Amino acid sequence: MADQEYLKNVATLELDTEKCIGCGMCETVCPHSVFKMEENKAVIANKDACMECGACSKNCPVEAITVKTGVGCAAGIISGFIKGKEASCDCGGGGCCG
Amino acid sequence: MTLKYIIGQVQTKAEPIPKVSSDLRFEDKLGSFKVRWGINRDSYAVEPGLYALGSPTPDSHVLVTANYKLTFDIIRNSLKGRDVWILVLDTKGVNVWCAAGKGTFGTEELVNRIAITKLSEIVNHRKVIVPQLGATGIAAHEVLKRSGFSVVYGPVRAEDLIAFLGSNLKVTQEMRKVTFSLRERIVLIPVDFVQSMRYFFLLSVVFLLFSMFSRVGFSLSGILSVGLLSVLNLFSAFFAGIVFGPILLPILPGKSFAMKGLWSGLLMLSLFSYSDYNLINMIGWMILIPSISSYLLMNFTGASTYTSMSGVKKEMRIAIPLQLVGAVIGMVLLLISRFI
Repeated sequence: MADQEYLKNVATLELDTEKCIGCGMCETVCPHSVFKMEENKAVIANKDACMECGACSKNCPVEAITVKTGVGCAAGIISGFIKGKEASCDCGGGGCCG
Repeated sequence: MTLKYIIGQVQTKAEPIPKVSSDLRFEDKLGSFKVRWGINRDSYAVEPGLYALGSPTPDSHVLVTANYKLTFDIIRNSLKGRDVWILVLDTKGVNVWCAAGKGTFGTEELVNRIAITKLSEIVNHRKVIVPQLGATGIAAHEVLKRSGFSVVYGPVRAEDLIAFLGSNLKVTQEMRKVTFSLRERIVLIPVDFVQSMRYFFLLSVVFLLFSMFSRVGFSLSGILSVGLLSVLNLFSAFFAGIVFGPILLPILPGKSFAMKGLWSGLLMLSLFSYSDYNLINMIGWMILIPSISSYLLMNFTGASTYTSMSGVKKEMRIAIPLQLVGAVIGMVLLLISRFI
């Protein structure tokens, strides 16, 4: 979707096609249609649309998908940086956390 | 306190289950309105557990949701006329997607809640419908292994639930995709606006104090002229970042939110800003306003539905130093302009 285009070549999403059993779960759970099924295997069709939510890797029964998940939230990243912790949603602010 | 959305009980093979209304009353709507403005937002929750909507039977579907009352109300209201079970997880009053990200809307909680509510005694089937955005916290294959219930991922939006239930649990491509429409962006503005106001007031106080000093020395009347104009300019910077930016998001140039915020600040500057026709003063505002609006819109990444952590980190590495330098230079120029 053109009006939802974010930075390119940053997503940490990786798919191990060897492990993939073609169950299609990743395609089902992805909110940005990153995956497509081709010949009974998942393929990453639109990596730049990935927001690293982690739904695909969480629901992959054979652990074929890896992605470094985290909040895509500047306030969360800043507060994580200040507290010396990994970025989290617990910033108490922003529209995201309620 | 009596909970007015509970309108009775439904008898089951286990315990009686509270029956909820699908109608939203005035106090539900008022509650929704208030949390949108950040009032009572941290304690707007319903009791976790199983609820009946309409007159569900042991064969009726089970829909899983969060215990944020705003979410719960949208679900029951959008299922008017249907007979379903609603399984509310304890997400500490946070919506499904964010709670899934935190892990409170998760495999553990779902498996436990299925056990606590004795769901397997209440329904004949072994299937729960989980909103797709809950998938970030729930591993369907784990839930099946641990509870015997299979997870069916439903649509992203509650408004598609009726169509989903009516089509034998088929989810179309459209129902799977997250959007970020004008309407979806606008409802997020009030909370951000309210929360940003404390910083606006803080900065305003600083500017009002500075406005009393100038080349002619100390003067209280500076507050009324320069001071008030400064506050108006500051407000336009905040308005650009918090209101303008989210509304114009797709059409603002650039991909990063910081860049879009810069442009919304420049746009605001061209529409609405005051300067006392001193060139240095004018340049000061021209640098300060976009710096502030860029920072504020960069923070809207948290509310957006499509930014990744890697992306946000990348833009922050470039944007934050520039925003800081811009803010400092802008303020120094404004200060200088008062003394020449």
